[in-house]
Amino acid sequence: MTAAFVAGADVPLKRRLKRAERARQFRALGLVLPLLAFLLFTFVVPLAGMIWKSADDWEVPQVMPQTVAALEHWNGQGLPDEAAFAALAADMRTAREAGTLAVAAKRLNYIVNGYRTTLLSTARKLKEQPAPGTAKETLIGLSPAWGERESWTAIKSASGPVTSYYLLAAVDLTRNTDGAIVAAPPDQAIYRDVFIRTFTIGFGVTALCLILGFPVAYLLANLPTGRSNLLMIFVLLPFWTSLLVRTCAWIVILQSEGIVNGSLQWLGVIDEPMRLIYNRFGVYMAMTHVLLPFMILPLYSVMRGISPAYMRAAASLGAPPATAFMRIYLPQTIPGIGAGCLLVFILAIGYYITPALVGGAADQMISSFIAFYTTETVNWGLASALGAVLLLSTLVLAVVYGKLALGRQTTGGLKN
Amino acid sequence: MSANHSPQIASQRFAWIATIVASTLVFIFLMAPILAIVPLSFSSSTYLTYPLPGLSLRWYEDFLGSARWMNALKNSVIIGVASSMLSMALGTLASLGLAQWKSKWKPLVLAIVLSPMVVPVVITAVGVYFFFAPLGLTGNYLGLILVHTALATPFVVITVSATLQSFDMTLAKAAASLGAPPLLTFRKVILPLILPGLASGALFAFATSFDEVVTVLFLAGPEQRTLPREMFSGIRENISPTITAVAVVLTVISVCMLSTLEILRRRNERLKGNAE
Repeated sequence: MTAAFVAGADVPLKRRLKRAERARQFRALGLVLPLLAFLLFTFVVPLAGMIWKSADDWEVPQVMPQTVAALEHWNGQGLPDEAAFAALAADMRTAREAGTLAVAAKRLNYIVNGYRTTLLSTARKLKEQPAPGTAKETLIGLSPAWGERESWTAIKSASGPVTSYYLLAAVDLTRNTDGAIVAAPPDQAIYRDVFIRTFTIGFGVTALCLILGFPVAYLLANLPTGRSNLLMIFVLLPFWTSLLVRTCAWIVILQSEGIVNGSLQWLGVIDEPMRLIYNRFGVYMAMTHVLLPFMILPLYSVMRGISPAYMRAAASLGAPPATAFMRIYLPQTIPGIGAGCLLVFILAIGYYITPALVGGAADQMISSFIAFYTTETVNWGLASALGAVLLLSTLVLAVVYGKLALGRQTTGGLKN
Repeated sequence: MSANHSPQIASQRFAWIATIVASTLVFIFLMAPILAIVPLSFSSSTYLTYPLPGLSLRWYEDFLGSARWMNALKNSVIIGVASSMLSMALGTLASLGLAQWKSKWKPLVLAIVLSPMVVPVVITAVGVYFFFAPLGLTGNYLGLILVHTALATPFVVITVSATLQSFDMTLAKAAASLGAPPLLTFRKVILPLILPGLASGALFAFATSFDEVVTVLFLAGPEQRTLPREMFSGIRENISPTITAVAVVLTVISVCMLSTLEILRRRNERLKGNAE
């Protein structure tokens, strides 16, 4: 009786609560939306745009629309028909007048070296639209390159709307004239090496950070709070100091007339200054310094949570300290090691400023090539493709990091 | 028993001493750049090496008297303040929303909100450069403020969310039950208590913008060069002692920000201690 009464009165209240909860959820979403909209405009859409640029093949279709249309049904065997030659001549004349021919020439030059010269000089010499039926003859007369199949397959392969050219180039692959994927010619096949170099430096810096960071984190985690907070300043102060300041300081310390070389020469230890900067050594030194706090902080927070009781238990059961450390303590720090290493590695492979300032030409990482193709040679397709590969590597690692950071709370590192 | 233990204690002590020695070396490594550069900025010589021939403040005078550096300082402050205010507004609202929002989409939204922190800055810079250039957002303050806001907001969201997590929501409920409308509850009850967290978030945001150079390299015109940007070209060309003076000024600013953060953190912890 009572139960029925309560249940009956419950329904409208439940509904009211539900409605209130729904309104609350709606308000909460409303609070998040401005930031989401902002990030969509300043971050998500620009990144999506960059990825699109790595496949976007707009130059040739936009500059030479008639040629692209004329080649649509060409099977790629032999030379195309007279109509295609006439279309090319018409396109060249229009584009030259509009000043857009160089854009297409640049795109086609990526496929066939020297295409730029061929296209621009033919357009310059082409005074008027050739009479009907003579276009083929006229163009080949102006440049024998138009009599080669390669010149036409280049236009066809660049006729959009999307291309795999840049993405393939980013991993040292290309398509041959028949469209099959083959290794890129050796003078263009440099990016695999750059990626390997980027990951090698990333691994090296991560390893150095782990070696240097582990004892510090251990010390800070096992000192009384007051003293460890004091020593933490030595980690946090460099962490908060401007990246440019630290990089500049390393140059001052390591350059040939710098502090290290100056002091050693003054002391008579060396006669000639040692080369410590603008090489791989300088990159490792400066990057390890910059990224070390990112290793120490997660390690410290994990170590702080490890109860000393485990080690005491191991010791009381007769384990020598080294064994107890290896088998009891170390396994519990693995979540911290994993998080720290991933974080340092993710940050290291994306680094631009430090290698650009303290590295030599042979130490430039992928970021510096992305910057180079964006601002110097304006090869935005390749810059975007290299960026897309780096972005993918970073995101995969970030997802692993996210899983690891979440897993830490549940298993406490004791599982396995 | 004791005979069995003493070698253990001895080796433990040895390991502890080794840890202290190794850590001391790492602390020296961490502090070396700052320790090396501070005295050089007071040198009277143009050579950046020790021993110092004499002391002077000429490089600081040089910095303060240079129109180029002063313009850079002004730009850094304008962009830093504007982007930290904008990211505070957006980040705080979002943190308040995220604290209450329950949905299966929440992990995705959180991933988007935090992603500017993870994506290499050079990629963000290139993407934004492609996108902003046709919109006329390169070579002016607005574009830089927008992208610095995007880069700084994750830090605000993390800091403010952490503060909200330790905030006792029953206080807000108590205010509501006493008839306070949501906005009043926020202003009179929630805001004063989370203010230290908000201030930390603002500092993080300002520091992010103040130290950011990659997007400035891509987006800034000659008129918007910030301090790190001028330092970047200064280091590229030739490190003059003036740069060491700028570096010391920047380090002092970092120390001030770090101390403020520490004070805020302690205050927050005290408040938490009182609540429990």
